[in-house]
Amino acid sequence: MKEGKEKELALSFGEDMVISRTKGRRVFVAANTLIMIILSLSCLYPLWYALCLSISDKAAANSGAVTVWPVGFSLDSYQQIMGDWKFFNSFGISVQRTVLGTIVTIFVLIMFAYPLSKPTSEYKYRDIIMWIVIFCMIFSGGTIPWYITMMKYGLIDKIWGLVLSGGMPVFNLILLVNFYRGIPKELGEAAVVDGADSWTILFRIIVPCSIPVLATIILFTSVGYWNEFFQGLVLSSGDTHYPLQTYIKQMVVNVQTTNLSMDQIEKLDKLSNKSLDAAKVFIAMIPMLVVYPFLQKYFVTGIMLGAVKE
Amino acid sequence: MRQSKRKSRTMLSYHIMISAGMLWLIFFNIVPMFGIVMAFQDFNPGLGFLHSKFVGLGNFEYLFSMSDSRRVIANTFIIAVSKLILNVVVPLTFALLLNEVGNLKFKKAVQTVVYLPHFLSWVILASVLLQIFSLKGSINGLLSVFGIEGKIWFSEDVYFRNLVIGSDVWKEFGFNAVIYLAALTGISPELYEAAAIDGCGKLKSIWHITLPGIAGTVVLLSVLGLGNVLNAGFDQVFNLYSPLVYSTGDILDTWVFRMGLVDVQFSLATTAGLFKSVISFILVVTSYLVAYKVADYKVF
Repeated sequence: MKEGKEKELALSFGEDMVISRTKGRRVFVAANTLIMIILSLSCLYPLWYALCLSISDKAAANSGAVTVWPVGFSLDSYQQIMGDWKFFNSFGISVQRTVLGTIVTIFVLIMFAYPLSKPTSEYKYRDIIMWIVIFCMIFSGGTIPWYITMMKYGLIDKIWGLVLSGGMPVFNLILLVNFYRGIPKELGEAAVVDGADSWTILFRIIVPCSIPVLATIILFTSVGYWNEFFQGLVLSSGDTHYPLQTYIKQMVVNVQTTNLSMDQIEKLDKLSNKSLDAAKVFIAMIPMLVVYPFLQKYFVTGIMLGAVKE
Repeated sequence: MRQSKRKSRTMLSYHIMISAGMLWLIFFNIVPMFGIVMAFQDFNPGLGFLHSKFVGLGNFEYLFSMSDSRRVIANTFIIAVSKLILNVVVPLTFALLLNEVGNLKFKKAVQTVVYLPHFLSWVILASVLLQIFSLKGSINGLLSVFGIEGKIWFSEDVYFRNLVIGSDVWKEFGFNAVIYLAALTGISPELYEAAAIDGCGKLKSIWHITLPGIAGTVVLLSVLGLGNVLNAGFDQVFNLYSPLVYSTGDILDTWVFRMGLVDVQFSLATTAGLFKSVISFILVVTSYLVAYKVADYKVF
């Protein structure tokens, strides 16, 4: 009798535990899901907000009526941009810079990394060059010496200034060198027996083996060139030479951060056109959204390559 | 004979392969370093490097006697260190929580979305954030429900620093979590099964299995982050700040920019930049050495 009761007690206690655990679990899962949804929405909101503002009525956008949905649908802002040649000029400069910069970077890196991936016995300057490269990665002269040098080179208002002035992409070089080194040596050796020279080995064997890491570098490089605004700002003599990000910095962001009193802000609000600004910002986001699915696919590989080395 | 001819031809190819990158490196990374000489001169652009007067460490003395410099260094340090810590803690927590999500489609969708801000530039994000936090922005709209008075949030020096830190953590947490998520998938599921059989609860198994399993990654990333102690994020602050918030938001890089390129005090700005470069260099080298000793991490 006593024994049976004890058993019953134990049983009910155990069930209770199970129930409370699953209950706790359910609460946790619900809370966790909620947190995930909130975080996801917060990451989407800037995009959505810019889109809503840009397709809202000008007055509604300026009065702050737009928060979650577009108010008073209107495509005026986009129509207005169509007539803004400076915007398209900047857009063109950015496209040119991104395409040129990515091509130059990738070719330079493909070649530069190859001899550096060889052991010192095969390329004796490897170590010294590698140390110079690493030194350049962790030390720089600072903004002002860099600026004065670029000026001396005559790179103001030049597309090549926007492409080269950021310096050799050292981090990506090291990424690629490490990847090349992971490719089995036998592949190259077999080709040597067949009479291939180093160029053939590099472009016929090494490069095809490195497609994932090269894709990652191409994506990150192009995103980097597209998003860069500072060089565009200091290496341009006027707004007709700005790349797109610099254009937006000067025409949209600066207006918002100027030191103004309350009634000046009121006045500025009447003059400003938040809807138009948002439309410009949204257009600047579009290329990023186009490459985003590809970024998704490759950047995880890229990060892991950069972080995990034998 | 043929062998050595072949070898010298290979050498020549190697030199040619190196050349383009090497020229880029020399002219755009190394040559600008010589401009550091300005830090020890009273540099006059008209006279150039060769004829400007040398002042020894005078610029450093003057720089550190300025009241601005202490404020700027303090701001930089506070913002950068807060970011360093939170950019480990928040992504790690997020990775652990996301790892608990059972529905794979939902998990994938969340992951896809949270990377997005990382790829948008600070120019773009600043323009939107400044709107959202402006007088008539969504945040004030939301807060007015609770009866909190509206503000231009990024113009208030009390909030600016926290907003900068918070928005940076928000921008990067999804991206930073990638590496932790990868480390989490590397933990053998058998360990969890064994723990469950031994009566280990969820929290306990996180504490005893998950955290030790990714501790190496966390330590490595934290150590490598040390080099950024004076990197408060120029792009971000430059796009978000205004003279109203200089007292809490002005950092070394923005100060150097204004001093050098707006007020054209090349020597002082170079000095401040050099100070940052040297400290960062020492920290990076130290952190690499520590990472090498602790985690056997090699740069190449």
